[in-house]
Amino acid sequence: MKRLLMIVALMVGVVSSINAMEITGAGASFPAPLYGKWAESYNKLTGVRVNYQSIGSSGGVNQIKAKTVDFGASDTPLADADLEAAGLMQFPTVIGGVVPVINLPGIASGAMVLTGEVLADIYLGKITQWDDAAIKTLNPTLNLPNQKITVVRRADGSGTTAIFTEYLTKISPNWASQIGQGNTVNWPIGTGGKGNEGVSAFVMRLPGAIGYVEYAYAKQSTMAFVQLKNAKGETVSPSIDSFKAATQNIDWSKTFAQSLTNSSAQGAWPITSTTFILMQKQGNPEKSKTIIAFFDWAYKNGSAEALALDYVPMPADVVTAVQKAWAEKIAI
Amino acid sequence: MGNWILGGLSMAAAIFTLAALCGVIIMLGIQAWPSITEFGFSFITNSVWDPPNNVFGAFVPIYGTLITSTIALIIAIPVSFGIALFLTELAPAWLRRPLGTAIELLAAIPSIVYGMWGLLFFSPIFAKYVQTPLMNWTADIPFLNHLFAGAPIGIGLFTAGIILAIMIIPYIASVMRDVFEVVPPLLKESAYGLGCTTWEVIWSVVLPYTKAGAIGGIMLGLGRALGETMAVTFVIGNSNILDGYSLFSMGNSITSVLANEFPEASLTGFHQSALMELGLILFFITCVVLSLSKVMLLRIKKMGGP
Repeated sequence: MKRLLMIVALMVGVVSSINAMEITGAGASFPAPLYGKWAESYNKLTGVRVNYQSIGSSGGVNQIKAKTVDFGASDTPLADADLEAAGLMQFPTVIGGVVPVINLPGIASGAMVLTGEVLADIYLGKITQWDDAAIKTLNPTLNLPNQKITVVRRADGSGTTAIFTEYLTKISPNWASQIGQGNTVNWPIGTGGKGNEGVSAFVMRLPGAIGYVEYAYAKQSTMAFVQLKNAKGETVSPSIDSFKAATQNIDWSKTFAQSLTNSSAQGAWPITSTTFILMQKQGNPEKSKTIIAFFDWAYKNGSAEALALDYVPMPADVVTAVQKAWAEKIAI
Repeated sequence: MGNWILGGLSMAAAIFTLAALCGVIIMLGIQAWPSITEFGFSFITNSVWDPPNNVFGAFVPIYGTLITSTIALIIAIPVSFGIALFLTELAPAWLRRPLGTAIELLAAIPSIVYGMWGLLFFSPIFAKYVQTPLMNWTADIPFLNHLFAGAPIGIGLFTAGIILAIMIIPYIASVMRDVFEVVPPLLKESAYGLGCTTWEVIWSVVLPYTKAGAIGGIMLGLGRALGETMAVTFVIGNSNILDGYSLFSMGNSITSVLANEFPEASLTGFHQSALMELGLILFFITCVVLSLSKVMLLRIKKMGGP
């Protein structure tokens, strides 16, 4: 009898500790592989289970607002007023970049240089040939073919499109007035591929194609990437360093809702952004503690795993700002 | 007692299905209401789909759904008819079973596999050996040159129609084969005995006898074509801007727009309710198609079919 009681007590203890030691999050699909990896390592280390569901950024925002998950995730930051109204705080976890890729036989990866204006004109359908004067001026040494440009873009609503169109909106007045920015926009031309895979498949299949994909896809595939001129006029390649550079020259202490596209910092890749976690300020203190502990661990120990999956970890100064914001805003 | 339980249970099942159907319509209606009141009838005729500026018109996806399904039927009906004919009348007995099973197996291939096959394998071949020659050949013929205009990349409404045709052929063919098989041998033997050719037997005996069943099979295929999502989204181009009335133009279909845009549709504007209204319209199209087929079957019965 005594033994039975002990077993029951033990089981109750286990069950209740499982409840406290499990947090659930949902949202953006872009960081999902990394959050999954982090959750796995963290679980081995501490026994805490982090359950993340990749349902899309809008879904993540809706779920955390409805309080059906412990944390939400979004590729685009919420405006400060929105955060206040919903009683939420947000912080960036990793940096991602969007990379234009091309399929032009004879042109090596990284050999072509484009500006934001030219990119906007290509996606507006104003520049239609690869040997257009505007592209020639930027690439005097390249042997550009007299070939039609086949524009490829995302068909599904996505954070990648949001960042890409935000950049074009900032840099091209024509783009800003005719198209604008968003998860999905009214594309004037182009073939729509579903997901980064879809865009990659189209670009690789169609000679003369240009598309845009997340950095990891550009790096892991055989597609040729394009160098861009940044706001300082430097020609930059997409890399861990040029993404990190885009987080400089920004005052992170006031708000994390920062736009990193077309950054004026030195060496910065112009189509860069961070992905965000959203959590309640006045949530269950146990849960809030667990969430903060998990992401704090990820900032300190998760960099190698992030880099292995081609995500760029946050620079130390941003991490310090996040830790300060946790201490100030989250009720524990 | 047992009778009573069985009766109650089967009635409950029937009512439940009906209630679920009504529930879906009502939910779609409520969710779509903001878009219905905002855009009214212009939702169907307007071809601008612009989420950032909150303007939604569904002409392109509706057009795409109807055109691709029509192309699919135009290709699939004669081919399926031929297959069914071959399997029931012409093929040697030892070939009928394996060939029939192989065609039914086509229906078991997941649609996303058709989509990937269409994008990576079929569309380059189609672009090179069908689209480009056809465009060159019709370049100087009025109307036809517009019908076959566009960039020859093998992606668009026509390719989507062909992929859909391949997908629905097994459905239509196997239904047609089954109904052709139930024609009483006596009827056919008598016709042959009168000196009819195989073709005459098919056309004047088998087909009139099986009209209702064959149309049922075609409607089954059409229903599948209207609702198909993944295969279409791979090859249709997902463009909300139409390039004239060219069959090679890239376009979009209702299901493809829903699958692509729903997860990230914003709640603040009309995006989500416009997508709901699209769903409602697809529901409506399917209902109209089904009712038309029922009316057709009734008329055939009145005219003295079996």
